[in-house]
Amino acid sequence: MSQINRLGGGQIDRTKTLDFKFDGKSYQGHDGDTLASALLANNVRLMGRSFKYHRPRGVLTAGSEEPNAIMELRDGARQEPNTRATTAELFGGLTAKSQNKMGSLRFDFMAINDRFSNFLTAGFYYKTFMWPAAFWEKVYEPIIRKAAGLGSISFEDDPDDYDRGFLHCDLLIIGAGPSGLAAALTAGRAGAQVILADEDYTMGGRLNSERFSLVDQSGADWAAKTVAELTSLPNVRVMARTTILGAFDHGIYGALERVSDHLAVPEVGKPRQILWRIYSKRSLLCAGATERPIAFENNDRPGIMLAGAMRSYANRWAVTAAHNVAIFTNNDDGHKTAADLHAAGVSIAAVVDIRQDAPLSEEYEVIAGGQVVNSNGRLGLTSIEVSLPDGNTRALPCGALGMSGGWNPNIHLTSHHRGHPVWNEKIAAFCPPDNGPAGLSVAGAALGNFTTAEALASGACQANAILKDLGIKQNKVVLPLAEDAPANMTPFWYVKGCSRAWLDQQNDVTVKDVKLSHQENFISVEHLKRYTTLGMGTDQGKTSNMGGLAIMAELTGKTIPEVGTTIFRPPYTPTAIGAFAGRDRGTDFRPTRKTPSHTWAEEQGAVFVEVGMWLRAQWFPQAGETHWRQSVDREVLATRNSVGICDVTTLGKIDVQGADAATFLNKIYCNGFAKLLVGKTRYGLMLREDGIAMDDGTAARLAEDHFVVTTTTANAVSVFRHMEFARQCLWPDLDVQLISTTEAWAQYAVAGPNARKLLKKVVDPEFDLSNDAFSIYGLRQYHCVRWTKSAFV
Amino acid sequence: MRYSGLRVLKEALTGHKGWKPAWRDVAPQAHYDYIVIGGGGHGLATAYYLARNHGAKRVAVLEKGWIGGGNVGRNTTIVRSNYLLDGNEPFYEHSLKLWEGLEQDINYNAMISQRGILNLVHSDAQRDAFTRRGNAMILNGADADLLSTETIQKRYPFLNVNNARFPIKGGLAQYRGGTVRHDAVAWGYARAADQLGVDIIQNCEVTGFRIEGGKCLGVETNRGYIKGDKVASCVAGSSGRLMAKASMRLPIESHVLQAFVSEGLKPVLPGVITFGAGHFYCSQSDKGGLVFGGDLDGYNSYAQRGNLPVVEDVCEGAMAIFPMLGRVRLLRMWGGIMDMSMDGSPIIDHTHIESLYFNGGWCYGGFKATPASGWCYAHLLATDTPHEFATAFRFDRFAKGQMIDEKGMGNNPQLH
Amino acid sequence: MIINHPILGPRDSAEFTYMGDAALLDRPDWQAKDALLQFVDYGYLRDNPAGPHIELWYHEQGDRSFLVVTRDTTTHQISSVKLASDVARGRGRSK
Ligand SMILES: Cc1cc2nc3c(=O)[nH]c(=O)nc-3n(C[C@H](O)[C@H](O)[C@H](O)COP(=O)(O)OP(=O)(O)OC[C@H]3O[C@@H](n4cnc5c(N)ncnc54)[C@H](O)[C@@H]3O)c2cc1C
Repeated sequence: MSQINRLGGGQIDRTKTLDFKFDGKSYQGHDGDTLASALLANNVRLMGRSFKYHRPRGVLTAGSEEPNAIMELRDGARQEPNTRATTAELFGGLTAKSQNKMGSLRFDFMAINDRFSNFLTAGFYYKTFMWPAAFWEKVYEPIIRKAAGLGSISFEDDPDDYDRGFLHCDLLIIGAGPSGLAAALTAGRAGAQVILADEDYTMGGRLNSERFSLVDQSGADWAAKTVAELTSLPNVRVMARTTILGAFDHGIYGALERVSDHLAVPEVGKPRQILWRIYSKRSLLCAGATERPIAFENNDRPGIMLAGAMRSYANRWAVTAAHNVAIFTNNDDGHKTAADLHAAGVSIAAVVDIRQDAPLSEEYEVIAGGQVVNSNGRLGLTSIEVSLPDGNTRALPCGALGMSGGWNPNIHLTSHHRGHPVWNEKIAAFCPPDNGPAGLSVAGAALGNFTTAEALASGACQANAILKDLGIKQNKVVLPLAEDAPANMTPFWYVKGCSRAWLDQQNDVTVKDVKLSHQENFISVEHLKRYTTLGMGTDQGKTSNMGGLAIMAELTGKTIPEVGTTIFRPPYTPTAIGAFAGRDRGTDFRPTRKTPSHTWAEEQGAVFVEVGMWLRAQWFPQAGETHWRQSVDREVLATRNSVGICDVTTLGKIDVQGADAATFLNKIYCNGFAKLLVGKTRYGLMLREDGIAMDDGTAARLAEDHFVVTTTTANAVSVFRHMEFARQCLWPDLDVQLISTTEAWAQYAVAGPNARKLLKKVVDPEFDLSNDAFSIYGLRQYHCVRWTKSAFV
Repeated sequence: MRYSGLRVLKEALTGHKGWKPAWRDVAPQAHYDYIVIGGGGHGLATAYYLARNHGAKRVAVLEKGWIGGGNVGRNTTIVRSNYLLDGNEPFYEHSLKLWEGLEQDINYNAMISQRGILNLVHSDAQRDAFTRRGNAMILNGADADLLSTETIQKRYPFLNVNNARFPIKGGLAQYRGGTVRHDAVAWGYARAADQLGVDIIQNCEVTGFRIEGGKCLGVETNRGYIKGDKVASCVAGSSGRLMAKASMRLPIESHVLQAFVSEGLKPVLPGVITFGAGHFYCSQSDKGGLVFGGDLDGYNSYAQRGNLPVVEDVCEGAMAIFPMLGRVRLLRMWGGIMDMSMDGSPIIDHTHIESLYFNGGWCYGGFKATPASGWCYAHLLATDTPHEFATAFRFDRFAKGQMIDEKGMGNNPQLH
Repeated sequence: MIINHPILGPRDSAEFTYMGDAALLDRPDWQAKDALLQFVDYGYLRDNPAGPHIELWYHEQGDRSFLVVTRDTTTHQISSVKLASDVARGRGRSK
């Protein structure tokens, strides 16, 4: 039967059934599903393999923090490795493949590594593979390289387009959960130019995942209603499917909008994604929080996931990972998951709560003061082992386990300017640094305000503070009544005595590795991270880092804030290289500059040469010529013996005007120009301040106060820049102005003994080209043509 | 403790109880013969070679943070010796030779991987320049091979040859070039130096110099004064602000250079490839991430982070030659503080202050120089004469007009 | 980054070309006795501070003015922007 794990309710559109394939097998899901929720609905728990030990992996989260359920999405040239099933929107005809396996996902030959895990501990490769010396590149490394890596690419050119764009606003709100929506309402109704961006395709954040976030209405409905109002406001731009990926200087944010990733192929004329550069006067981070797992022996089996994610799957996508579920928690939040699942008809094996005073339930068993100490099940969870307060152990059959170790504020963007997060003892988590990006405020769960009521209030309050700074009249909005119960968390990171307990499920970093790292003096958090690879996976450590820090703190006898934390770097989530490049690819990589005779030269079959951005005709092969030397020799001889024409428009040309023009040229050339007669041209040499040649060219005097300077093609820009520097910074009172006229004037060199003869044919007979009338280095104006005569080209 | 496959086996079977700290955590002593400031690659290598080659006994490396936290742990890990000028090439070739024997020497697998480096050529002029450079390399005992477009296409069928703004017209390959695992270089040198008795002192920031009568007597640190007979600055991007404490102005500006890594991928690139018509270079790490970079952001900075325009510029370069990377995701970006010198070449020299020495100005290229820099700096410190491969890296070359300017860009540091 | 151009208002720094330490305004007198020494300093030595840095930006993709910008090299915050020609005059430069 299909979709046996589908529950009632949810925010999916059951009238739209979508077919999709995973590892060649066909399944069905609904509009509104993610790939992960659809797979879970079909009772697929095994979705991948871990990096090193090739342990079976199932979905851990319901969002962009997912370390495990990453796969190759689509096929052919559109194949995308390492795509999170938890954020990939389901569309009809979607295909996905599991990755990083040898054989099938169920029988991965590389899983042999798990048997040898004792040898493959953190950093083992630094200690071996050194003998014989020649073997590293020839034998060891090729084997390692082949085994390493996660997904694979198609090696075909990416067929999709990417755009880049620019947006400006008074206030950028990052995240559209309760705090973001409250902030957007406040600022939007006040008339500020607001951009509200959320990475999700449905805005609302946790409001879509909770059954009782608001007191007298459904959170999801309020979110939808609010988004509708915001969308109708002309001063608010609502951007779903848009990830703010980095905080850059002076209020500039990078944002990635996924325009077409929810479609099989982009609509005609539409890009796949757009990279926006958002210029904001102020910004407000409302990015919520990420739940923390708990480390215990074998806590990495498919079916073991975050309790909050389970709630999202149940309430938003009407899915459970199994029909018999246990919970392991250190706070009241875990109990919410049990209650919601129970209400949806899922049986609760037990809620194991480390707290002796855990709240009890009439509906299901709560083991207060218990701990999950191990799990069983080869390709998916079948049971857990629970240590009871009385010291006994009890086996508990279940198909899924929800872990809740508390929540970490999503403060990533606040440390993109390298500010160090600050420990908050109350919530046992790192909070935004004091020296975050200038202009960035934080609200809601990202600030540690975890209840919905707190989040709503802090969003509105921060927005008003920002309005005040911006000089916009503040605005009081009526917010819905919301739940306000604290989670009563007791910090708990790992079960004592565990060793193969996973912290980083993607990279296979366990508690044991942290201990070894400590033993070998890799104690600084940065050493810990680099030595064990903790948090270096595609999930960027969003669910794994805290556990490692807590254990290191304990080992060193320090507090967590003393141990410190690594800081986050952009992008917030991995971002396609194509999106950063936009349309500057292929032949549009850089502009092409063409000379006036380009089309003509093309028609003559010219071979062109790249000179910076210019294309210059290099030679003109004629029939029968097979080697460039034949063409070039012929052209040289023709010029020597008769006449040749060369398009030299690419040379830089600078118009110099003003009473002090001659003085100015005197200063920037190493030879003199003051005495150059009007109507004459002179060769000039420019030197750097250290006396090394910089450029050469000519300067022609058109009038007492008017020169035209030429430069080499390569230095056209830098010479002009240098002259502007000299004019503005060194001699600001000289009466001189500069204009670059490189593109304004075509330029041809006509050379050879018959040059004069040729020119005569194109000018009126009155225009005297004799030596008397047109001496060497002379300059003449004829109609709109300037002629100079020189002894070199 | 020696590392070996056997040792790994033994420890695996006995619960990994026997592994010792890779280096000792020690408190600073009052007085050292040599104080090396900066626990980056160059500082640690200097300390190691001081002990190994010159029998130096009381050596300390003072690191303000954690060792390897500077550029040695932030770079794109490329090693090569494809330089043109006589002042440079023998030095970098010496370095490459040291890399080739390093793992056995320091008993640490730094994953020196000579999978080759290919510099692509996009114009005739560039080909001429690379031909000349290749010849200079060969004259200095390095390897170089000029490749035709056809050969390149055959070896790297995924390169964009047809639909390119700047079509590929050949390339210069150095097969002995490649990559090295950067963190392992710091840790490996630290461990080897520690075993020879060097004190590696982390969280010890030098805040000033004690200089009397034109002689440097020691350094002030956040952990107190430490007397040193010879004091050796080796702080790369921080050179400017450190030497300012000795009232020195340097021919160096500190700039930000960004680097990038993609998500892990099954094998894509066999070696290092550099794009010749834009700023982009790329290799793939043993773990599977594509490691790439490009141009400086182009302004003075100590912030260790950059801005979007350069990110876009680098990715444009990526797409220009590897259009199959469009859907590959960039995982992380970061920046390092580059000590950009006025001619693009380094300085290994004594200062005008007695007993105070300087090593810096490495620009983008100092990682590959790590072994030779340590080797030559240790030689200078121990013998007070420059090592034969580093005689050109002097302070006074600017005043004398003897710049080592590979690119001919002049005193514009951001252009080197 | 955004540079608040004194004439044109806020502009993306990508429109500008960075030209380094504004000490380049203080070009030595080439006729001074120790001109050679002075030019070596001028050409090659830099303060390179970690903190406020007074530097030149050239509005190459804009109005071509040289600006003197005071920017902190540790935070990238900009505290002042002036026309370089005004600053140069203020430092006694003329013709
Ligand atoms: C993004 C990037 C890419 C690069 N790519 C390459 C490449 O591909 N190939 C290549 O050859 N090179 C590359 N480089 C350059 C190379 O990394 C550096 O030139 C080289 O690492 C510098 O030497 P180091 O290792 O000693 O410096 P660092 O590792 O920076 O060491 C300096 C140390 O000094 C410490 N310090 C500073 N001030 C003090 C103080 N007052 N007291 C005590 N300690 C102090 C710092 O904390 C730091 O640890 C790259 C650099 C970057 C940033």
